[in-house]
Amino acid sequence: MQTFSVEEITSHIHNLFDADPTLNSVWVQGEVSNLTKASSGHWYFTIKDTKAQLRCVMFRNAAQYVQVDVKSGDEILVHGRVNVYDARGEYQLYADQVEPIGGVGDLYRQFEELKAKLDAEGLFDADRKQAIPAFPKQIGIVTSPTAAAYHDMQNVLRRRFPMVEVILSPTLVQGNQAPPQIVNAIQRLNDYTNVDTIIVSRGGGSIEDLWCFNDESVARAIAASRIPIISGVGHEIDFTIADFVADLRAPTPSSAAELATPNRDDLLIDLDRRTADLKAIFTSNLSVTQNNLSRTQQRLKYATPQNTIAQAQQQLNNQQTQLQRVIRQQMNRLNDRLSARINTLHTANPASILARGYAIVTDGQGNIIKSANQVSTGDHLTVQLHEDQLNVRVDN
Amino acid sequence: MESIENLSYEFAYQQLETIIEQLESGELSLEKSVELYEQGQLLSAHCQKLLEDAELKIKQVDDTGEIR
Repeated sequence: MQTFSVEEITSHIHNLFDADPTLNSVWVQGEVSNLTKASSGHWYFTIKDTKAQLRCVMFRNAAQYVQVDVKSGDEILVHGRVNVYDARGEYQLYADQVEPIGGVGDLYRQFEELKAKLDAEGLFDADRKQAIPAFPKQIGIVTSPTAAAYHDMQNVLRRRFPMVEVILSPTLVQGNQAPPQIVNAIQRLNDYTNVDTIIVSRGGGSIEDLWCFNDESVARAIAASRIPIISGVGHEIDFTIADFVADLRAPTPSSAAELATPNRDDLLIDLDRRTADLKAIFTSNLSVTQNNLSRTQQRLKYATPQNTIAQAQQQLNNQQTQLQRVIRQQMNRLNDRLSARINTLHTANPASILARGYAIVTDGQGNIIKSANQVSTGDHLTVQLHEDQLNVRVDN
Repeated sequence: MESIENLSYEFAYQQLETIIEQLESGELSLEKSVELYEQGQLLSAHCQKLLEDAELKIKQVDDTGEIR
């Protein structure tokens, strides 16, 4: 059997306390008793309720900051960690904060508790957040119609994006009646309208003034809204549960109105630019078409028979010239030859021979007499001279 | 397309963007280009008018769901 020393088992218990997250940061409510404020500045006391009690120690470095007057018999909230005081074998609360019940500390505790609870449920998860429409047609506003914040928002909307329609869902935004009214105002917009975005809003105030936006039912109504919600509660430094659960947190009501809408001036500038783009692209397309046409016309010009015809014409002209030249040459040659022949013919003409003194002798039948053998004495012959003829008789 | 005057700003602007994209594709006939360009001009003028002429309208929804 294993045995421990007292120190060993106490150290083991100490470790168990260390490892427990609840014990390391806890708010405890109870009645103060046996309060001793030592000269060292440390406080020693017990808090108790009807069933149990808890020893507490608050060291000087924490006790010196306590604002409230704490005395035995007071009901208070104590924050700190619970651990083991080894030397005495006792567990105790090492306090670092003390708050009176119903005070700001109490509200703060409620806030932290609700925040932790809803966070654990996943109500703050980024993937639950709905996108805020860029161009809302209608915006629902959950606020008090008499609040300055409401008028601030109208002014922002009028300046930035006046084509939007506002649907006010009026509610109290302060006091005990506020939470159920805010819940109702959010549900009304979901049930009866088709607004694109809801703004849940009120202006600045004390933490108590803003408290209705830390209400659990309000948080759940925001989470349940099918319409995206922008929260704009209080000033920049104020964070409410509504802010955590909303789809978008705006630091103020005016900035909620800004986040809900595009800016008209930006839109006009953008529209101008795109209209110029439209014109430029169209003009450029047109000039591309124009260029294509010119190029095609150019090609057509080269592709038409015009050119071929001109070429053929040129060829034809050349050939005609050539032909004419050849014909002329041929004619000349023929002419020359003809002249030669005419000369020859001329030379061969019997008439021209007769002219040189020769004569042609024929008999009565017209036969040319080339030999004396062809004729007999007494034949009548005809002697053809150049100018006339003789009728002669052969006598020998 | 329905009459341009009834289009919301968002829709009209989207149409304008679509037309610009189509023209940018550069694959349109001349007739289609001209038609789109003219339509783009009308859409742009409509958007401009919406932005410049708008006046904030305010209504209220009461417990019974009536919107006034």
